[in-house]
Amino acid sequence: MSAATVFGLCSAAAAGLGLYGLIVNPEPLRKIIAFNLLGSGIFIIFGVVARRGAAAALGADPVPQALVITGMVVAFSATALAVALVLRLFQGAGSTTLDADAPASAGTDPTDA
Amino acid sequence: MPYPTPALDGVTTPGGFLVVLSVVVPVASVLLAFVAGGRQAERIALATMPLGLAIAIAIMVALQRTGAPLVYLLGGWVPPLGIALRADGLSAVMMAITAVVIGAVGVFARGDFRVPQGSVEARAPFAFWILLLAVWGALNMVFLGGDLFTLYVALELLTFSAVPLVCLDGRAETLQAALRYLLFALLGSVLYLVGAVLFYGSYGTLDIVLLSHEISAEPTTLVAAALMTVGLLAKTALFPLHLWLPPAHAGAPAAASAVLSGLVVKGSFFIVVRLWFDVMPGLPGLAAAQMLAALGAMAIIFGSVVALRQKRLKLLIAYSTLAQIGYLFLMFPVAFGAGSARLESDGALAGGLLQAISHATAKAAMFMSAGLIYAALGHDHIAGLSGIGRALPISVLAFALAGAALMGVPPSGAYLAKDLLLQAAVETEQWWWAVAIQAGGIFTGSYVLLVLAHALMPAHESVTLRVSVSRVAEATALVLALCSLLLGLVHWEAYLPVALDPLRNPLTFKALSTALWPVLGGGVLAILLGRWGLRPARVALGEAVVAIVGPARRVALVLGSMLECVDRMLRRWPAAGLSLLVLVILFGAAMLGGRL
Repeated sequence: MSAATVFGLCSAAAAGLGLYGLIVNPEPLRKIIAFNLLGSGIFIIFGVVARRGAAAALGADPVPQALVITGMVVAFSATALAVALVLRLFQGAGSTTLDADAPASAGTDPTDA
Repeated sequence: MPYPTPALDGVTTPGGFLVVLSVVVPVASVLLAFVAGGRQAERIALATMPLGLAIAIAIMVALQRTGAPLVYLLGGWVPPLGIALRADGLSAVMMAITAVVIGAVGVFARGDFRVPQGSVEARAPFAFWILLLAVWGALNMVFLGGDLFTLYVALELLTFSAVPLVCLDGRAETLQAALRYLLFALLGSVLYLVGAVLFYGSYGTLDIVLLSHEISAEPTTLVAAALMTVGLLAKTALFPLHLWLPPAHAGAPAAASAVLSGLVVKGSFFIVVRLWFDVMPGLPGLAAAQMLAALGAMAIIFGSVVALRQKRLKLLIAYSTLAQIGYLFLMFPVAFGAGSARLESDGALAGGLLQAISHATAKAAMFMSAGLIYAALGHDHIAGLSGIGRALPISVLAFALAGAALMGVPPSGAYLAKDLLLQAAVETEQWWWAVAIQAGGIFTGSYVLLVLAHALMPAHESVTLRVSVSRVAEATALVLALCSLLLGLVHWEAYLPVALDPLRNPLTFKALSTALWPVLGGGVLAILLGRWGLRPARVALGEAVVAIVGPARRVALVLGSMLECVDRMLRRWPAAGLSLLVLVILFGAAMLGGRL
């Protein structure tokens, strides 16, 4: 088993776990962590792809590294924004569930057709 | 389209600096507003708007003069190592409409987001003006980006600046809506990123023009295409991936809703167009395009029916956005040339883009007038709208004109779009999409008429307005609605692949008579499915109407509540996540199956 295959399998496992957590877990904070796991899986794939590019034709391909770093910055900002929103939500509502129906459509209003 | 085969671009074209300016100016204003702070943020934003509009117009003029896309190579590096920014006809049109809508929102929002007298700085206005500029810069980047990774970054910037707009007022439910929006959008962008990575692994470049020359139908490429498409659909909120849209768009302040609904969803839609038409026109195959349009048709049905069942005006408009997003995706199967397996950049593409820009202007106008009505009444319950037609005639007129423009009343942009799409459906012999296109207009008619019927009813007692509404804001909404209504008169030939002959006279009797169908059909649908707050006895001939339509309405209401139920189920998080995965598999299978 070559190193590229091992890395590929690792990244698939990380992405799979992250995807599962992001879809199934109801807690926003855990969703955010799952998103980071998923993102890491993809960055590893990108690294593997770069190795493949190096093996195929290019001496050493710096572009994927640059792209991965940019991707990490984006993922970091996304995480920061999401955590800030979770904190504000917790301060305001005392809980951080996403499960409630659309707040405005949950009608308790007497006018009905 | 004036540009038949995209050439490899080796140099920056004359006028290429305009392309850079259109991104740099809004971003520089964001930074400047951050530093200056306080009241200056508003002034800087308002000063940027005419400048940005001038740049967009200059790009349109330059395109018309040279007849070739404007290209700017960043740092002079040629792709694949460097990054190119390209402005073609599609980008120019989208940028111009973005500049117009952002400018209108800026004028509209002056009253709502003013720093109160006596304080140096207030959080919401400061954030609003900066975020508005940031959305603008990100959108221009989306329209100009020449490679898939730049587009990824632009898309993320767009999401990050759009999400806080949802929760400007800081209430718990809007924060929750913003968080749902952000998390689901992140899921979508991760899928897009995987696709981009796989593209890079296969071809060693992400530049759109280079990719379009090299791309071939290998399994990896098709899987990547399916992942990217579905990721973008999640960000565009195409049915059934719409869980985040209604609460986010309905909960935001009116000016923010106008930007979110009119412009932000068009960003990811535009990247789908770039991906399918520019990167891989020969690849997706008819089966995948049919699926895309089938989702669009379902979005039209679900969005419109659920819109008719809403109690609140802003939610009705948000669900109407859902339906209109579906309408945008009807262009994909009819864009296949007759008998060929290739997406052609011709009339259908022009129709889709025109629909997108007409929706951008009309929906922004609708949210503005809904916001004014909300502010004046203190609520936006549709059942409580009676009398508002007399109290706020200009706002209601703006709503009506925007609705007419969306329905496709000539000479609106939507009319031209519908004409082009119908023509393409006839040419490619796909009558079922012609039916869907017509049905879309009728459904639009239904919810617009439902709102207007309530708004134009005389009230029991005279309506007392809580606050007096700004005349300037009302006029802005009206101007945007008129803009959408007159878009069909603009000569689009220089920018979009519009065929000349059938379109130049939108004011003939035949054209006007086609506008009757959405009105009549919409009226029937609204009577059958709408939530009527009015008592029948107060409507002239009410009793007779009730006796006739009663049984039919009961059947329709059962169907309607079933659709509502399904919609509620699909808007749960696990259901939406699973539909995302199922869609990836289906699109992958359709694309691979088309190859065998």
